[in-house]
Amino acid sequence: MELTTIWFLLVAVLFTGYFILEGFDFGVGMLLPVLGRDDRERRVMINTIGPVWDGNEVWLITAGGAMFAAFPEWYATLFSGFYLPLLLILLALIVRGVAFEYRHKRPEASWKRRWDAAIFFGSLIPAILWGVAFANILRGVPLTADHEYAGGLFNLLNPYALLGGATTAALFLTHGAVFIALKTVGDIRDRAAALAVRLGVGTAVLAVAFLSWTLTIRSSTAAVVFAVGAALALLGGLAAAKVRREGWAFTGTAVAIALAVATLFAALFPNVLPSTLDPAGTLTAVNAASTPYTLKIMTWVAVIFTPIVLAYQGWTYWVFRKRIGVAHIPQH
Amino acid sequence: MDALDVARWQFGVTTVYHFLFVPLTIGLSVLVAILQTLWHRTGNEKYLKLTKFFGKLFLINFAMGVVTGIVQEFQFGMNWSDYSRFVGDIFGAPLAIEALVAFFLESTFIGLWIFGWDRLPKRLHLASIWAAAIGTNLSAYFILAANSFMQNPVGYRFNPETGRAELTDFVAVLTNKVALITFPHTIAGSFLVAGSLLVAVALWHLIRNRDSADTPAYRFAAKFGSWVTLVSAVAVSITGDIQGKIMTQVQPMKMAAAEGLYQTESPASFSVLTVGSLDGSRELFAIKIPYLLSYLGTGDPNGTVQGINDLQALYTAQYGAGSYTPIIPVTYWSFRFMIGFGLAAAAIALLVLWTHRKGRTTPDSKWLLRAGLAMPILPLLANSFGWIFTEMGRQPWIVFGEMLTRDGVSRSVSLTEVLTSFTAFTLIYALLAVVEVKLLLRYAKAGVPDVTPDPEPDDTDDSERPLAFAY
Repeated sequence: MELTTIWFLLVAVLFTGYFILEGFDFGVGMLLPVLGRDDRERRVMINTIGPVWDGNEVWLITAGGAMFAAFPEWYATLFSGFYLPLLLILLALIVRGVAFEYRHKRPEASWKRRWDAAIFFGSLIPAILWGVAFANILRGVPLTADHEYAGGLFNLLNPYALLGGATTAALFLTHGAVFIALKTVGDIRDRAAALAVRLGVGTAVLAVAFLSWTLTIRSSTAAVVFAVGAALALLGGLAAAKVRREGWAFTGTAVAIALAVATLFAALFPNVLPSTLDPAGTLTAVNAASTPYTLKIMTWVAVIFTPIVLAYQGWTYWVFRKRIGVAHIPQH
Repeated sequence: MDALDVARWQFGVTTVYHFLFVPLTIGLSVLVAILQTLWHRTGNEKYLKLTKFFGKLFLINFAMGVVTGIVQEFQFGMNWSDYSRFVGDIFGAPLAIEALVAFFLESTFIGLWIFGWDRLPKRLHLASIWAAAIGTNLSAYFILAANSFMQNPVGYRFNPETGRAELTDFVAVLTNKVALITFPHTIAGSFLVAGSLLVAVALWHLIRNRDSADTPAYRFAAKFGSWVTLVSAVAVSITGDIQGKIMTQVQPMKMAAAEGLYQTESPASFSVLTVGSLDGSRELFAIKIPYLLSYLGTGDPNGTVQGINDLQALYTAQYGAGSYTPIIPVTYWSFRFMIGFGLAAAAIALLVLWTHRKGRTTPDSKWLLRAGLAMPILPLLANSFGWIFTEMGRQPWIVFGEMLTRDGVSRSVSLTEVLTSFTAFTLIYALLAVVEVKLLLRYAKAGVPDVTPDPEPDDTDDSERPLAFAY
C-alpha cells in the first residue's frame, strides 16, 4: 500500500477515535442540564468522564498533528479556510476544559451554574461544528488552483453541511445518553436509558438522511457498505438500550459513529479536500502529502507508539470501570 | 494595520499567555512527584499534605496549559498556512510525535493520578504522577526541536519543484544544537518558576500563621523550593551562556540585537545600558563592561562579535534588499529583563535560605514576605521575556534564512477574521486569567489540607463508599 494511503487511513482512524471518545464527552456535556436534576446528579455525570476527557481530547491534537505532518497542504488549506468554525470550536474547547477542573472549586451555586453553561455550550458548539466541517470536506469547497480557500463563512453553512452538524450533534447526544446509562447507578441511569431510546429514533432519521445525501454527492462501494453498517449498528444499539443491555447499546452507538466517519472518508478517498471551483485546486492524498521520507519516519513512530497508547488508555477505562451514583459523590 | 500585523500580535499574545502556565506544569509536575515519593519513602504525613496541597495548585494551572495549548497547534494552520505549507514536511512531524508520545502520556496519567487515590495501588498511583511529569517534559523537547528548526534550520533541503523545505535528516532536526541547549535552558527556567511558587506560598503561611501545626511542612517547602530555585538559576545561567555562544554562530544578528551592538567589535564590550538613536542605527550613549560580550558570545575575551550594521549589509548582499534587523529596543530590553528577573528570583531564594539557616525560625519581616510573594512573578516574567527575545530576535524571519514572517501568513484569511479571532482570544484569556489567579490565591491561602489515609482499592460492585476525589 502507498504511504499516502496508509496516512489517509491513519488520519481517518484518529478522527474516528476522537469522535467515538469525545463524542460521548460532548453528549454528557450537552445532557448536563437535561438529565442532571440537581448538583449531585450533574456531578455524577461530569465524573463519569472526569478521569478520561483530557486523554480523549488528545485524539484531536494527534489527528491535527498527523494531518500537519503527513498532509501539510490539507492542514494548511483546511485550517485557514474553515477559520471561523475552527475559532468557535477552539473557544468552546477552552471554556469546557477549564470548566471541568474549576466547577467544583467553589461552593456557590452561581459559580457552578456558570461553569455548567460553559460545559453545555462548550460541548454543543463543537458537536455541531465538527459535523459542519466534515460535511464540507466531503462536499468540497471553492479552492483556487494554488489550494487557497476562495469562499466565505456562508459557503460553509449550506443545507447539507447543516444537516451534517445536526447529525453529529444528535449522534453524540445519543452516544452520551447511552454512556451515562452505562456508567451510572440509580435513578439517573434509568432516565438516561429512556432518553437514549427517544433521542436515538430522531438520530437514526437524521443519520440515514445525511448518509444517503452523502452518497449522492460522492460514493464508493466501501462507503455504501459503511453507511448501511452505520445505520444497522445504530438501530442495534437502540434495541439494546431499549432492553437495557447498556454495554451492547454503547458498542452499537460507538460502532455507528465509527462507520459514519468511515463512510465520509471512504467516499472522499483519494481526495482529501475537493475543489468546487477550479478542479486543479482539489487536494488529494497524493498532492497534499509530505515526502516519502517524512511519511516513513512517521509510520515507524505510529507503529511503535499507537499500541502503547491504546494499551494504557484502555487500561484507564478498566481502572475507572465502576458505575457511580449520587452516593459516591463526596461532600466537598 | 493589516492581517499580518494582527496575526503576529495574536501569535505573540497567545504564546506568551500559554507559556505562563507551561513552566509551572513542567516544573511542578516533577516537584509534586518528588513530594509524593518522599511521602512513600518516609511515611511522614507532611509530605502527603504538601503533595495534595501543591497538587491542587498544579491542577488549577494545568487545566489552563492544556486548553491554551490546543490553540497553538491550530494557529499554525489558521493564521500561518503558507508557513505550514513551506515547513510542514519537517515541522509537522515533531508536533504529531509530541501529541502521540507525550500528550497522551501526560493527559491519561494525570487523569489516573487525580482520580486514582482510592482506586490504584499506592505504588501505581505514585508511578502515575511520574508518568505525567515525564510526558510533560518530553513534550517540551519535541516542541522546542520544532522551534529550533525556525531558529537554525537543519536536516532539510529546499525543493524548487515543490517550493517547500523538505526533510532529509530527521535525526539532525531532533539533535539540532539549538534544540539540545534550548531544552535544558527552558526546563531550568521552568523549575525556577515552580521552585519560586513553593517558596512564595510556604513563606506566606510561615509568616502569617506562626504557630500552625503545619509549620514543619511549610518550612520544608520553603527550603526545598529555595534550593530548587537556586539550582535552577545556576543551570539556567550555564545553559544560557552556552546558548549565547551558539546564537552568536547561527544567528549573529540576534546576538548583536540583544546587545545593541551596531559596529563589529573585537574585543566587544557588554552593554549595561545603551541608548540608541530613534531609527536604531546609531548609539548615542552607553555604559559598557569591556571584553565581556566577546567572552559571552565566543568564549574568548578578544573574540569578534559582529555588529548590526555589518550584518545588515551582509544579509542585503545575500538575500536582496530589505531590512534584516529586528526591533532593537525590544530585543535589547527583553534580553536584559530575562536575565534581571531571573537573577532577582535567585537572590530572594538565597535570602530565604540564609534567614532559615541552621534551624532559625522565619523572621517576622514584612520585607521578606513581600520579596517572597514577588518570587513566582519574577521568573514568570523572565520566561516571558526570554521567549519574546528569542522570537522577536529572529525577525524578520519566520524560518531563519529561508522564509520571511510576512510570507508565512495565511493569504485567504481576511483582516476581519483575524481581528475577530485576536479579540476573542484576548478577551477570553483575560477573563480566565482573573478566574485562575483568584482560584490559585484562594487555594494557596487555604493551606495544606488535613489528610486521612486513602482507603485501599475496593472492587466490590455494590460499594457505596464515596470517591476519594470527584469533580
